[in-house]
Amino acid sequence: MAEKQLLLGDEAVALGALHAGLSGVYAYPGTPSTEITEFIQGHPLAKEGNVHRLWSSNEKTAMEGALGMSYAGKRALVCMKHVGMNVCMDPFMGSAMTGANGGLVVAACDDPSMHSSQNEQDSRFLGAFAMIPVFEPSSQQEAYEMTRAAFDYSEKRGIPVMMRLTTRMAHSRAVVTENPEYRAQNEMHTPAHPRQWVTLPVNARVRNRQLIKDYAAFEEDAVSSPFNALTDGPDHSLGIIACGIAYNYLMENFPDGCPYPVLKVSQYPFPRALARQLAGMTDTLLVLEEGQPLVEERLRGVFPTATRILGRIDETVNRDGELNPDAVRKALGLPARAEYPASQVVAPRPPALCQGCGHRDFYTALNHVMQHYPGGKVFSDIGCYTLGYMAPLNAVDTCVEMGASFTMAQGAAYSGLWPAVGVIGDSTFTHSGMTGLLDAVNAKADVTLCISDNLTTGMTGGQDSAGTGRIEAICAGLGVEPAHIRTIIPLPKNYEEMEKVIREEIEYHGVSVIVSRRECIQTAKRHAKKQ
Amino acid sequence: MKQDIILAGVGGQGILSIATVIGSAALEQGLYLKQAEVHGMSQRGGDVQSHLRLSSDPIHSDLIPHGCADLIVSLEPMEALRYVPWLAPEGWIVTNTAPFVNIPNYPDPEAVKAELNRFPHCVALDVDAMAQEIHSPRSANMILLGAMAAMLQILDPDKLRDGIRRIFGRKGEEIVTANIKAFDAGFASAKRR
Repeated sequence: MAEKQLLLGDEAVALGALHAGLSGVYAYPGTPSTEITEFIQGHPLAKEGNVHRLWSSNEKTAMEGALGMSYAGKRALVCMKHVGMNVCMDPFMGSAMTGANGGLVVAACDDPSMHSSQNEQDSRFLGAFAMIPVFEPSSQQEAYEMTRAAFDYSEKRGIPVMMRLTTRMAHSRAVVTENPEYRAQNEMHTPAHPRQWVTLPVNARVRNRQLIKDYAAFEEDAVSSPFNALTDGPDHSLGIIACGIAYNYLMENFPDGCPYPVLKVSQYPFPRALARQLAGMTDTLLVLEEGQPLVEERLRGVFPTATRILGRIDETVNRDGELNPDAVRKALGLPARAEYPASQVVAPRPPALCQGCGHRDFYTALNHVMQHYPGGKVFSDIGCYTLGYMAPLNAVDTCVEMGASFTMAQGAAYSGLWPAVGVIGDSTFTHSGMTGLLDAVNAKADVTLCISDNLTTGMTGGQDSAGTGRIEAICAGLGVEPAHIRTIIPLPKNYEEMEKVIREEIEYHGVSVIVSRRECIQTAKRHAKKQ
Repeated sequence: MKQDIILAGVGGQGILSIATVIGSAALEQGLYLKQAEVHGMSQRGGDVQSHLRLSSDPIHSDLIPHGCADLIVSLEPMEALRYVPWLAPEGWIVTNTAPFVNIPNYPDPEAVKAELNRFPHCVALDVDAMAQEIHSPRSANMILLGAMAAMLQILDPDKLRDGIRRIFGRKGEEIVTANIKAFDAGFASAKRR
C-alpha cells in the first residue's frame, strides 16, 4: 500500500525530488524554503544515495553547483526564498541559455504579506523573464507529484523548471500519498548539445532564438497540462482564473462546487488559449493569484477589450498582501460570515531577540558607545540581529538586503558620515559580506565593521554557518590589519571591555573588524541537551 | 464532519507540539488534515498561530475563514483574544490563564480575564499552575491538549493518547508517562465544567 505522511508543502517538494532520483540539493536557508533542504538532509534515501546536501554559502553558489550537476547529467534541486532569486539571478538567467542536461528544478518560495521578509516580489515574473516554465502547486499532494513531473519535464525539454511556492503552501501540512515507484539517480553523462553551454555571443545568439521558439512550445504544453484545467459551471455571469493556492480559497467559498466556469492554473507560461476559451463563456473575468498581478497584467491590455477584468489592479482583490478565504469571498461578492469583532484589549507582540542572546549584549555595548557619537549611524543587515531595530534597543539605522551593511557603511563614510558602523551576522558575512569587506580594505575606508558571530544561521532555525571557526582568518586574508581585528565576548560582565574595544576601533581611521562571538542560545540549548 | 481549530501562543511555548500530536492522531484515524504554521522571524518571542483543520472529507483552504473556527486553543490568554474574529458564533475558547509578559504594553491581566469571560463558551485554566501541581512543569501544552480534547468530537481521546506515545516515544517512557498524565489532568478538568 502507498504510504501516507503528513508533510509540509516544502517537505512534499523534497520527497518528490528524492523519489525523482535526486542527486543533489543546493540551497542557502531562507524562510519559507528552509525545510525543503532540511527534509532531504534528514532522509534515509539521501544518505543511501549519497545525495549532495550540504548548505551552500549563498544562492548564487547554490544555483551554480546545481547547474554543474545538471551539466554532468544528474538531477539537481536548488531551493531559496524569493529574495534569494535576486542573489542567483546571474546563473539563473544563464541556466535558461545553457538549458538543462540532467533535470534541474529551482524551488523559489515567495512570502506575500512579508511574514519573514523584506518585500513581496513574485518569482513567477522571473520565470517569464528567463523564459523557463513555472510550476505552482495548489496542494501538498500536487507539490509532491509536480516536483517529480518537473524533473521529467526539465529533461524532456532540456530546460530548468521553477517550482513556485508561497508561504501558505510551503508551511502548511497535509496528508500526502506517495507513489511507491521511486526512480533511480541518473548515470553521469555530459550534454548532447555542448555549444550552448558556452554562452559566448556566437553561441548565445543561436541559443536565444531557439529558446524563444521553445518558450512557445512550453506554452502549448501548459495548455494541455494535467495541472491546468478549465471547468465549466452553470452561471456564466462570471469566469474565474485561479492560480496555485488561490484555487483552494475559491473552492473553500463554494463547498457544493463553484457555480462559475473556472480556469485553474498551476503550470506556466500562462496558457492563453485556455483563457480565450474561458473569455468565450463570459464577459467578466476575476483573476485570483497569490502575489503580484502577473496574469492580470497580461490580460489587461492598454486598449479596451470586450472582457471586463477584475483583480488586484482594480482592487476587487486586496492590492498587496496574501490572499485568504475571506479576501476571496469579498472579491466574489458573497456575504461576509458572522464574526466576533477584533478585541480591543489585545496588544501587538512583535518578534524580539531572545533573552540572553549575544546580539542583545553586543547592541547594548554598542549603544553605550554610540551615545558619545551623535553623528554616527549603524548600517545593519539581514538576520536575527535586524531585530536590534526594535525598542528598547533601537540600535539599527538601515537594513536592506544580504551584505548591504559593510558596503553601505563605506559609501556613507566616503560621504563624510562618521562614525560609520556596519553590523552583520556570521552567516550573512560569508553569504555576501566578504566581497564588501575587500572593497573596504582596498578603499582604506574609515569604517568600523562588526561581525556578530553566533556560530550559526540563527533566524532560520540554526543551520550550519559556512565560515564558523575561520572568521578572523577570512578577515586577515582579505587584508584587514591584524591589529584591527578584535574579538569580544558579548556578556553583561564584559560591557566595559567591549565598549573600550568599540571606542578604540571607531577612533582608528581605517578598516576595523570587531568580531563579537557567543553561540546562539537556541543552538546552545540544543547542544547541551545532546550531551 | 469537520472541525477547525486555531492554536495560539507566543513563539517557543510549544503550540507546534500540540499540533504534531493531533496530526499524528488524525492520520491514524484516516482523517483529512491541513495545518498552516508560522516559521521564521515571528517565532522569536512574537505571537504565533497555527490553523488546524480536521475533516472526514477533503479540505480546500489551508487557512480557516473568519467566523468558522470551532475552537481557539491558546497557551496564553491575550493570544486567545487576538483570534476571536476567526471564532464561530458557537465556538469554544480553551485557554491558559497565565499571562506571558514580554512586551512593555501588556494589558491589565484583569481586563484580559474580563474580556475572555464575555465569550459564552470559554474554558480558562491555569495550565502553568496545573503543570507545577503534577510536578511536570514542561507539560503545560499537553494539559491544554487534554482540555481541548474534551471539545474535539472528531478525534477519539484514546487516539490522542496514542499520538502522545508515538511523538514522545523516542524520548523515553518517563516523558511519555508525564505527558499522558498531563493530558488526563487537562481532559478531566475540562470535563468537570
